[in-house]
Amino acid sequence: MAQHTRTVPAGTPTNVTQKHNRGGIGESTLRPDGILKVTGEFAYSSDMWHEDMLWGQTLRSTVAHAEIASIDISEALAMPGVYSVLTYDDLPAEMKNYGLEIRDTPVLANGRVRHHGEPVALVAADHPETARRAAAKIRIDYRELPVVTDEASALAEGAPLIHEGRDDHHAGHVPHPNIVHRQPIVRGNVEEARTRADVIVEGEYTFGMQDQAFLGPESGLAVPAEDGGVDLYVATQWLHSDLRQIAPVLGLPEEKVRMTLSGVGGAFGGREDISMQIHACLLALATNKPVKIVYNRFESFFGHVHRHPAKLHYEHGATKDGKLTHMKCRIVLDGGAYASASPAVVGNASSLSVGPYVLDDVDIEAIALYTNNPPCGAMRGFGAVQACFAYEAQMDKLAAKLGMDPVEFRRLNAMEMGTIMPTGQVVDSPAPVAELLRRVKARPLPPERQWETAGEGADVRALPGGLSNTTHGEGVVRGVGYAVGIKNVGFSEGFDDYSTARVRLEVINGEPVAMVHTAMAEVGQGGVTVHAQIARTELGVTQVTIHPADTRVGSAGSTSASRQTYMTGGAVKNTCEAVREAVLEIGRRKNGSYHPAWATAALLLEGGKVVTDGGEVLADIAEVLEGEDAIDLELEFRHRPTVPFDLKTGQGNGHVQYSFAAHRAVVEVDTELGLVKVVELATAQDVGKALNMLSVVGQIQGGTIQGLGVAIMEEIIVDPKTAKVRNPSFTDYLIPTILDTPTIPVDVLELADPNAPYGLRGMGEAPTLSSTPAVLAAIRQATGLELNKTPIRPEALTGTL
Amino acid sequence: MDFLRPASWEEALAAKAEFPTAVPIAGGTDVMVEINFDHRRPEYLLDLNRIALLREWEVAEDVVRLGASVTYTQIMENLRTELPGLALASHTVASPQIRNRGGVGGNLGCASPAGDSHPALLAAGAEVEVESVRGSRLIPIDEFYTGVKRNALAADELIKTVRIKKADGPQQYSKVGSRNAMVIAVCAFGLALHPETRSVRTGIGSAAPTPIRAKTAEEFLNAALDEGGFWESGKVITPSIAKQFGDLASGAANPIDDVRGTAKYRRHAVGIMARRQLVWTWEQYRGSGNGRSLEGAA
Amino acid sequence: MRVNFTVNGRQQEADDVWEGESLLYVLRERLGLPGSKNACEQGECGSCTVRLDGVPVCSCLVAAGQVEGRDVVTVEGLAEFAKQREQHGHGGACGTGGACGGKGGVTLDEARQWSAKGADSRTGEGVELSAIQQAFIDAGAVQCGFCTPGLLVQADALLEANASPSDEDIREALSGNLCRCTGYEKILDAVRLAAARQGEAV
Repeated sequence: MAQHTRTVPAGTPTNVTQKHNRGGIGESTLRPDGILKVTGEFAYSSDMWHEDMLWGQTLRSTVAHAEIASIDISEALAMPGVYSVLTYDDLPAEMKNYGLEIRDTPVLANGRVRHHGEPVALVAADHPETARRAAAKIRIDYRELPVVTDEASALAEGAPLIHEGRDDHHAGHVPHPNIVHRQPIVRGNVEEARTRADVIVEGEYTFGMQDQAFLGPESGLAVPAEDGGVDLYVATQWLHSDLRQIAPVLGLPEEKVRMTLSGVGGAFGGREDISMQIHACLLALATNKPVKIVYNRFESFFGHVHRHPAKLHYEHGATKDGKLTHMKCRIVLDGGAYASASPAVVGNASSLSVGPYVLDDVDIEAIALYTNNPPCGAMRGFGAVQACFAYEAQMDKLAAKLGMDPVEFRRLNAMEMGTIMPTGQVVDSPAPVAELLRRVKARPLPPERQWETAGEGADVRALPGGLSNTTHGEGVVRGVGYAVGIKNVGFSEGFDDYSTARVRLEVINGEPVAMVHTAMAEVGQGGVTVHAQIARTELGVTQVTIHPADTRVGSAGSTSASRQTYMTGGAVKNTCEAVREAVLEIGRRKNGSYHPAWATAALLLEGGKVVTDGGEVLADIAEVLEGEDAIDLELEFRHRPTVPFDLKTGQGNGHVQYSFAAHRAVVEVDTELGLVKVVELATAQDVGKALNMLSVVGQIQGGTIQGLGVAIMEEIIVDPKTAKVRNPSFTDYLIPTILDTPTIPVDVLELADPNAPYGLRGMGEAPTLSSTPAVLAAIRQATGLELNKTPIRPEALTGTL
Repeated sequence: MDFLRPASWEEALAAKAEFPTAVPIAGGTDVMVEINFDHRRPEYLLDLNRIALLREWEVAEDVVRLGASVTYTQIMENLRTELPGLALASHTVASPQIRNRGGVGGNLGCASPAGDSHPALLAAGAEVEVESVRGSRLIPIDEFYTGVKRNALAADELIKTVRIKKADGPQQYSKVGSRNAMVIAVCAFGLALHPETRSVRTGIGSAAPTPIRAKTAEEFLNAALDEGGFWESGKVITPSIAKQFGDLASGAANPIDDVRGTAKYRRHAVGIMARRQLVWTWEQYRGSGNGRSLEGAA
Repeated sequence: MRVNFTVNGRQQEADDVWEGESLLYVLRERLGLPGSKNACEQGECGSCTVRLDGVPVCSCLVAAGQVEGRDVVTVEGLAEFAKQREQHGHGGACGTGGACGGKGGVTLDEARQWSAKGADSRTGEGVELSAIQQAFIDAGAVQCGFCTPGLLVQADALLEANASPSDEDIREALSGNLCRCTGYEKILDAVRLAAARQGEAV
């Protein structure tokens, strides 16, 4: 086969250098990639381009559950411009499946499809339109099977098994093969505690299927290499997890699959699973040409997992003086056709189902189902979101029944440092739940009737319905609601969660320059900003170069679970400390005999110099390193170990750290038309230590609005009869516009966690939890309706379902 | 696919006569979505962007002759006095970028029941000027919509202008969607008072297979206003009249359940919008509309 | 087919264009200008916004053949476009009242405390940015950045037409640009900041 050296594709990421005189931790340093991003120069995965590249197209199933009787690719293959058509039969290796935890997901359908939009065949052609036309010419004969769409149909006698012959590590302990994982948690004695309750409330809650709706569609470029391997440029949340799943199905050793992170247009959990990665590599290897795949928005809805829809049944009791007595709950998550992150979502939903409250007597069960619905997995908040929506509704019901103020009732029961979780784990760092609630409540309320303008009538842009001009104030009622939530940080339940950082320190043009190289996926959160800040603080440099993320360095773990600043930030800190020690070692060797402080004082690197903790300057870093090789170290960093939850009792120190946020929502509801305008979403959150306040506030505001979205508009609608997705587009899957979003005042607490780097607390997810129930509570207050389902649709507010 | 780029109206008509399956494209805000999402692969695209006369409008004594490609932004900015209902409707169209491209001709050509301009055109009263190499004709707006996404155009005809009656009284327009901007109508309603003829006209969008008028509601209101001497006295509309008007408008709707909303909600919302708009327009007519201008506050 | 048009002041020619291609595709895949983004390709997100003969439009909904002979400005040319506008005397004065900032968020005073072109927001030397580009960086309005190019083109057009927009004006003007990361608060801050700085400069 003729081989030629390929040029580097356009859009290959390069080093980004940022010089900053301050810019250490705690500063609101600006993004090092900011200029690239505002000039259009930042290359996202869909911007990758290679001379002579082909376009890949996926053909996806049009039905949710069927046997594939036959596939005829002959007509597609015969089309001019088509280079390759691949089906299951063309897969090159023994391994034909992938999966985050359970390898149950076929790369291409093997005689059966289990959900609407499952990949069945691939085409590579010289133009995307050619590829689309060819894909349309592939003839597939589907023999439709009955669909499993909910708990009843999944567990019915004779229900079709979504996966037959399961041999995964959960198969042995689940009560039914259509249950991916089940986690009970039992602590105390609910039956006895119930007798102490003066009031008991029950509720059945439904949480809709939310989409991450990141703006940058799944995309990437695979370039075949001379050694038979492949170079893959892709947007993902976790390069090494992808690699571990990609290489075996390509039949290649991991070192022959070289991955580089391209620009990522948002993620929010939706890029934790594989999408087009393997498909692009297969086509590139089959055609020996670079292959680019870019999903359009329609395909993106089928290209990634969604947030688990859930049904949650809760019972809480309380004494008449407002103390919670017990909680019983059952949470049923719909995992869809493949496992994805379902087991971990079950772990979170069950262990955090109690919320940030003191409750010693609990009886909890959470399960995730296999169904023919779209696969569900990671999304910001991960299991904790669904639970928070339900338990916060319960808190309001209890407070109402007791005639108490809902915030006071929550504060009476708020957990704090020292509280024992239902898993038996002691909360061993600050948990300022009551204080967060106090802060959002103490904030002055926004003025009423802000839509009124002097002499101009109503400004409809400030009213429910907005530009659609549906009300000039008629029917509009204000409501205020509160909520608070708890989220775990990092990977739990005994997972060996680590990150790796490589740091290089050298003198360039007389100045010490640090380079930070990790495999961390920068998905927008600002990890690269923080890494440069950490390097400045630890190494006393002004100039830091961020190396592109790739698989040439060890795993950084996933950009998810609020963990990256903790974990890869921690890894960068850790490696920087080792680099600093190496500098000092050289300094001691070279200069130790000239000044006793080299041996006796605690030494720091600051402002390009070696200084004592008393502030005395001992040397320039550049002098110390003169004539030395660059210091170049790569080290792993781990958080403290966790253990799996006991499969019967749910006991165990399963989590690393907890994160808390509270919200107050102020809404105005057009009660006649059922339209909602959120006027303000005030929030307070403890972040332990804000390494970059500008980024922290940005994360909180963004997370808050994703919670708002699922409260009032966002839902993937799956037809219960066919399990087909009905709204895979931005026309019908609505996310908030700037006219739907309120002002979001943010109050940040910094109570250090002594176990974490710099005392920081992972913070990206907590704001997504409590904003949804706060908005719901506010709408309930405005309308007097019970509202047990999210998102709230106008029909639910007007009795027209 | 062929891309036809006529430089003049005559060339465009000739092209449409020669290739009757050619899909006209002006703002592209519908056609390009269908092409990008692989929903449609026309044999010919007929670009109308180069035809200047489609982008022009003319305010005559009684009507506005609105070129088919005059953008929604231009309507909002230039025709608020003459066409207040359509200006309000234009303001609810998608986003500023879309309003900078799309025009009423596209709405009429697609004839989607969810097109934002239809209720305003129905309420104001309009005729669609269509032309082919065979000649031109005026189609009354009430006869224009013939079915779901079907209209009265012949295969060789193109929409040239819409002749919309200049407002002789207050007009209003609202649409419901579950987002405060950039939303396809769940349902929409338009109302125009015509003091010169002492009549009212309405339009309902997205709540029947085609855009429709709420004729029973109009008849009821015409009679009630007439019998009560409201036009002369300018007295306040009684709540019972407003309610019954809303109920009848609601009854005129013939909606379906779909992913955007239930039929029941659509019927309900049409009634609320009708009732509110009657109050708004009537207050404007009475001249006491707390300073609000004819085109409303949007 | 072949399409000739001007992009960012430069004459461009695209060959072998399929008739169903959008302007967005031609910019991104044929002219090496991927700054305009492909987030939805149905006019619902605004991330592909460009100026077409000066008018902000979604380039995903403009057929390639429709731009023959016309003039396009993309985010890659925005800084130069803004500079030209400044030199030719348009753009926006805030008026004499000085009330350029919106309510809340970034006030004029706060804006003054930001260095006009913060050295720390630079990654390279000699990159000249428009006021709105600089403000997006300084206000923290950029996270993943995928919506940013479209927002910049649209916000720049807003400030060109209305030098001191109210918050509701900003919200209306940007209502066709979806952002999934920021919750829009910092985007509002950025537009207020750019308006305030432009007011300062006059």
